[in-house]
Amino acid sequence: MRMPAPNALLGGFLIGTLIIVALIGAVWTPYDPLQLSFRAKLAAPSAAHWLGTDEFGRDVGSRLMAGAATSAWISLLTVTLAVICGTVIGILSGYFRGWFDRIVMAFNDALLAFPGILLALGLLAVLGANKYGIIVALGIAYTPSVARIVRGAVLSLREREFIAASRVMGNSELFTMARHILPNCIAPLTVLATSMFGYVLLAESALSFLGLGVPPPAPTWGNMLAGSRPYIGQAVWLGIFPGLCISLTLLGINLLGDAVRDKLDPRMRGM
Amino acid sequence: MAENTTPLLAVDNLTLEINRTGKRVVNGVSFSVFPGEMVGIVGESGSGKTLAARAVMGFIPPAIRKVSGTIRFEGQDVMTMAPKLLREMRGARVGMVFQEPMTSLNPSMLIGEQLDEGLALHRKLSTAERRALILDMLRRIGIRDPEGALTAYPHQFSGGMRQRIMLASVMLLKPALLLADEPTTALDAVVQREVLELMVDLTKANNTAVLMISHDLGMIARYCSRIIVMQQGDVVEQGLAQDLLSRPQHPYTRKLLAAMPHRGPARVLPRADVPIVAVRDLVVDYGGRQGFFRKEKPKRALHGVSIDVQPGEVVAVVGGSGSGKTTLGGAIAGLVKPSGGEIRFNGKPIDRSETAYWDYRLNCQMVFQDPYSSLDPRMTIGDLVGEPLRLVSGMGKAEKARRVQEVLTEVGLAEGFASRFPHELSGGQRQRIAIARAVVRRPSFVIADEPVSALDVTVRAQVLELFAELQRKHGFSCLFISHDLGVVEQVADRVVVMHEGRIVEEGSRDAIFDNPRHDYTRKLLSAVPGLESTGDGGVRLFWRLSEGVTAEA
Repeated sequence: MRMPAPNALLGGFLIGTLIIVALIGAVWTPYDPLQLSFRAKLAAPSAAHWLGTDEFGRDVGSRLMAGAATSAWISLLTVTLAVICGTVIGILSGYFRGWFDRIVMAFNDALLAFPGILLALGLLAVLGANKYGIIVALGIAYTPSVARIVRGAVLSLREREFIAASRVMGNSELFTMARHILPNCIAPLTVLATSMFGYVLLAESALSFLGLGVPPPAPTWGNMLAGSRPYIGQAVWLGIFPGLCISLTLLGINLLGDAVRDKLDPRMRGM
Repeated sequence: MAENTTPLLAVDNLTLEINRTGKRVVNGVSFSVFPGEMVGIVGESGSGKTLAARAVMGFIPPAIRKVSGTIRFEGQDVMTMAPKLLREMRGARVGMVFQEPMTSLNPSMLIGEQLDEGLALHRKLSTAERRALILDMLRRIGIRDPEGALTAYPHQFSGGMRQRIMLASVMLLKPALLLADEPTTALDAVVQREVLELMVDLTKANNTAVLMISHDLGMIARYCSRIIVMQQGDVVEQGLAQDLLSRPQHPYTRKLLAAMPHRGPARVLPRADVPIVAVRDLVVDYGGRQGFFRKEKPKRALHGVSIDVQPGEVVAVVGGSGSGKTTLGGAIAGLVKPSGGEIRFNGKPIDRSETAYWDYRLNCQMVFQDPYSSLDPRMTIGDLVGEPLRLVSGMGKAEKARRVQEVLTEVGLAEGFASRFPHELSGGQRQRIAIARAVVRRPSFVIADEPVSALDVTVRAQVLELFAELQRKHGFSCLFISHDLGVVEQVADRVVVMHEGRIVEEGSRDAIFDNPRHDYTRKLLSAVPGLESTGDGGVRLFWRLSEGVTAEA
């Protein structure tokens, strides 16, 4: 057995830590993340509160642990939703071309023309601001960019001779798409999905910042980051720790994404 | 040639190796080129022929290091020459023509500017003098409207014309040596001959020596007076072209000569009542670009083509690029939708009933040109070859596995290949897999679209051999699409010649090759030299259709 690549090791370590912390956070935290304590408000990191407390005296460390599950879950579901919808749309319109492609892509381009966050805002107004509203809204907002990239990959794949070979064999179009086109789209999809994970974490925090995220007092990394803004001068730890969590998660996801992509590609094996 | 004069170029004991691995890619190579002489380097991929030739220009890729040897051009060592002198030598004294005419001209520069570039750099002439020289050259290479060509872009010319322009831009400077790296490999046979004759003309007129690199021994032998044969970094044999052809010394040279296609005996096939494939008045239009608000006129690729293939027969379709031969194959394979005409398979129209369609779909298979793109990179060899069996009803899992193993054995890739991926295989092995995939269902009809044109000469011979063997064994009919007349002469029972979307001539192989009627067929045949074995391992080269058969080399 060879040593895994360093990016897989570091990425795996970061994401593994995140998952463990999120799991622990669901059942146990050092303090109750919702417990107000006005005596200890805006306390600097100390032995009692390792990561300090916020403006209501809530323990930042406990809130981060409790928020980890919410933030990671929202991002994961959103990315999954966008990747599934975008891939189906992209493969169908790239493979069939013609009027279907033209109509779908015109609609897609119109959606792309909106900034994702604006689109999500509009959708949230309809869906209502809660956890599932955010997932659906962001999922729809990020679908067009997935569809674009998948369609591009499919356009070049469908000209390859192995697709013609599959048709000559008598395979149905659906089988050709599932057996030959989809697996060959995985490399660009992994890269896209991992970078999108980061965008979604940030978008969720931006929505929370605008008051349309997960409603308080439930903690998410995004609304904690947003809530830290007024106190940035007095209590810098309020912003630093959620920010650090988001950054490290992104780093982990990206490293792991690269490693997974290499692993899934038979051409990279044995190199 | 003139052995008493000093050589123009003398390469002595040149050894190059890859920095990282220390692998010798050019190993103690020595050869020389005399003024005005045409010398050819022949070898397959990986022989080091291109590296050796580029080293003459002082171009060695950064990953490769010179170990020993000298390259003297006009008495000066290219390897130790000052960069400024080297730059003056390139272009002015040594010119180079590359393989790919589509990319060797700058697409965003006018032809006039590109031709002027070298002249302005290396010659002290006024703008008017340079313009006169350029116009004169354009006229010589047969450009119809030289004045207009000056302000045209490369994409406005065909591949052959671009290669002429490339040649013109090099020959304008009247270099002492021209390096031509596979100069006509990307062109079809007729254009290839035209470009080569132009090259001979222009270089003779200026007494320019030519060092031509190619995998095509026939072409090199036709034009060069001396031949250098390279294999895996070594020069295995060099000598005068006639001697090398008629009395090859080294086993590899013999192998190369033996690999060149030759005519087999004519077969007599029993005539069946119903042809396996019958195409009537087939018309194919390629739709123009279509947007929301515009519709371009479709382009007609096939103008009513009719063709029959009898059971067990190999019919070759030949033609230049744009002749519609690939479109015909695609339409019969069901990849291209015809806009008119009818295709019958075993006497039944393929689009009328479900049963007729499935009989056709299961029995009509295809081998594609490019073994690098015709195999799904994410599937193992076993899965690839087994995939067509998925649709065969009434075949058990064990039986399918047995069939896959049997076919892999037939193509000579039995041991341990089933679990490998396509990228681990060489081009020839991949094409064997593609053939295995096409025949695994035991089809009665196989379309082969340029199946060997992407392969090296010796590999090509092996794959053709394999294909012929399978055809004999399983008796499938075959539509063999190719631009390579040599290959066609070897495999075909009957030949169909296509030109601009129409069939211009068809007949038995011997009739087409020995007694062509149509002008285009004659032109095709006259562009490719023929070969005749002399019986003792050597061959004799001749031009077809020239007055009598001239033994020339």
